Amino acid sequence: MDFGAILTLAVKELISPITVTYVLCAIGLSVHFGYTGLLNFGQAAFAAIGGYGMAIGILTFGWPIWISAIFALFCSTIFALILGIPTLRLRADYLAIVTIAASEIFRYFMTTIGFAKVTGGSNGLSQFGGEFWKLNPLPADVEYGFGPFTYRNDQIFIMLVGWVLVAICAVLVWLLMRSPWGRVLRGIREDEDAVRSLGKNVFVYKLQALIFGGIFASIGGMIFVLNLSNVQPQSWGTTFTFMIWTVLLLGGAATVLGPVVGTLVFFFILSLTQGILGGLKDIGVLPFLSDPQIGQIRFILIGLALMLLVIFRPQGIFGNKRELQFNA
Amino acid sequence: MDIRLANRARGLAIFFGTLVTLFAMLLPALPSFAASESPSPAPSASYSKDSLLIRGTITNEKVPVAGVKLHITGNGFDGIATSGEDGKWIIEVQKKGVYDVEVMLDSLPKGVGLQDPTKNIRQADLSVVNVAGLLFPLGKDTRVIQPFGEQLVIRIWSGLNLGLLLAVAAIGISLIFGTTGLTNFAHGEMLTIGALLTWVFYTNMNLPILIVAVIVMALGGAFGYVQDAGLWKPLRKKRIGLNQMMIVSIGFSIVARYVLLIIFGGETKVISGEFQSIQLGPINTTVNSVVSMGVSLVTLAAIALFLTRTRIGKATRAVSDNAALAASTGIDVERIIRIVWVVAGALTALAGILYGLQFQANWMTGFQILLLLFAAVTLGGLGTALGATVGALIIGFVVELSVLFIPADLKYAASLIILVLVLLFRPQGVLGKKQRIG
Repeated sequence: MDFGAILTLAVKELISPITVTYVLCAIGLSVHFGYTGLLNFGQAAFAAIGGYGMAIGILTFGWPIWISAIFALFCSTIFALILGIPTLRLRADYLAIVTIAASEIFRYFMTTIGFAKVTGGSNGLSQFGGEFWKLNPLPADVEYGFGPFTYRNDQIFIMLVGWVLVAICAVLVWLLMRSPWGRVLRGIREDEDAVRSLGKNVFVYKLQALIFGGIFASIGGMIFVLNLSNVQPQSWGTTFTFMIWTVLLLGGAATVLGPVVGTLVFFFILSLTQGILGGLKDIGVLPFLSDPQIGQIRFILIGLALMLLVIFRPQGIFGNKRELQFNA
Repeated sequence: MDIRLANRARGLAIFFGTLVTLFAMLLPALPSFAASESPSPAPSASYSKDSLLIRGTITNEKVPVAGVKLHITGNGFDGIATSGEDGKWIIEVQKKGVYDVEVMLDSLPKGVGLQDPTKNIRQADLSVVNVAGLLFPLGKDTRVIQPFGEQLVIRIWSGLNLGLLLAVAAIGISLIFGTTGLTNFAHGEMLTIGALLTWVFYTNMNLPILIVAVIVMALGGAFGYVQDAGLWKPLRKKRIGLNQMMIVSIGFSIVARYVLLIIFGGETKVISGEFQSIQLGPINTTVNSVVSMGVSLVTLAAIALFLTRTRIGKATRAVSDNAALAASTGIDVERIIRIVWVVAGALTALAGILYGLQFQANWMTGFQILLLLFAAVTLGGLGTALGATVGALIIGFVVELSVLFIPADLKYAASLIILVLVLLFRPQGVLGKKQRIG
């Protein structure tokens, strides 16, 4: 078993654009759940809307990439309104069921043959990223990095864009949560009725939080589809949402750095265990597992992590126990 | 470590220990599953490159069609292949030569037929190559075009069938929610286990169906009991919030689902049943469906009697209504909750048996139905058993009738949209009381 290679792979996974997507979605979810106490289980749909919105803007309407990106964020806002208006007045577990249902509805609509001209049906869309890659100022015929960490200019470019976006979003959340607006959100999380009795319109604040967090997820979705250069409905199943919950709860839901650190730690551990299990199989220790089964163990770990975190350390690595009240 | 923490940790340890033991017991008993079946994305992965294979993809206007059966004969071989969720089917044969592949027209979805109805049998030539691919393009059924009225009757019948089945599974969710307040996302896996165990005992071991039903329901009840004793009771003792418990149930459902995937593989299991068809007016149905509907009806009636006539049933309703008040009248709330978990486990396993016999099952089946179950329970009013039944029937009808007006691949979306609309206009559900919405 080559520990060096396994470790290298794990570190590579840490900085990959996929990780950026999870970090951005988790930042969005921290606004929903960590600061406002909304049980949003439809984060996958927000990310999917980012990806699809941009791809459809470019391919169907022929818009430039930045207008398409704005169009995607607009769609994400509309989705948050549709989702929030019926449900934000209801109890928290209703919101959970409706958000998960809405994200599945969205996925069904993207998959159906009826809209395949626009959405590509179950094959999805591709070849929309040309304009994005043209923005890349880095020369093409140089290798970047050192040792095993060498990348093409495109890879470096999307990772740079992604992590700069992460930094901007994290700072934005930090500033907003220190503002009076952010204090109202925390107030809603702690005691909705108390905030209402202060004359605040709780419903509007919740709706704003839902829109705001959804937009982060949509940005994450754009990075995801640009990196893969395709957008397919099956990427955005409920498992995606549950992964984001796991990383958020790991890092600490009501913290600025929690989503970032949670994602990094989680992907590092996942990649490491995956590599070690694969290595053990290669030297014949786990003969009863096939290669795909080793890949499936990843999901068992995700589920276990989610259960154990919520039971034993709901505040996560960084969180303050008093900051996290599960029962809104 | 204080005693409570130790107890809790022990409870969890016992819980996971039991699970691991259960699966460890299953694994050696089922040597063929893990070895011969690989997960769906790569159906050919488990075959060596020397295997002789016939395969193809069944699509209807580019949409994959699952559950279509193909009868393969020739060179002393006689077998049946079934298309999976992605429309793909594959079968391994032993000898080189030419094989006849016939589409079993009865297994096609209603209203769908072959584009060329004369070519329901094609030949696969494996005399020189190892792999032969065959396509049977589907289109609108040209054999018979039914008038709208007849289609409506047929759809109402299938809606009733699906609705009754969902009702049996949804009562479990509803009882658990009513007595403990838990929104249990791991409920679908209880159904999956029921269906897959039916495949083990009925299709693989050829036991009589009644004995299979008893065994599977007993195991389902035991699973419910183990879940409650090992996981949910310690969490209730720890006074973990309901929303926290809900997320724990999501984690548990992921774990259970992927453990099932590792044990059983990703392929859809073909559970043999009585596919003999019965003609009721315009409705062409199977013995399976009629029996399943009868069983559901009897079960629902029995549950209604249990809840309204027996002491334990009345106590269950009392705990649902107000647990503290029920406790103060001398009802052992924990005992009632334990009973509810066992009953819910057994009922959901029964729903799994019925589902498996009619529609086949794989490792994700329960999770795919889960949202429909939530929709049913929410529609009827969370926590009322009668409401869950009404909600399930509505969902069954919506899913099946919507096919008359919208593409079939959106039928589940239609029922979820109904759920959102009901929450918008009548959040307490059809039969729920207003104070339940909180």
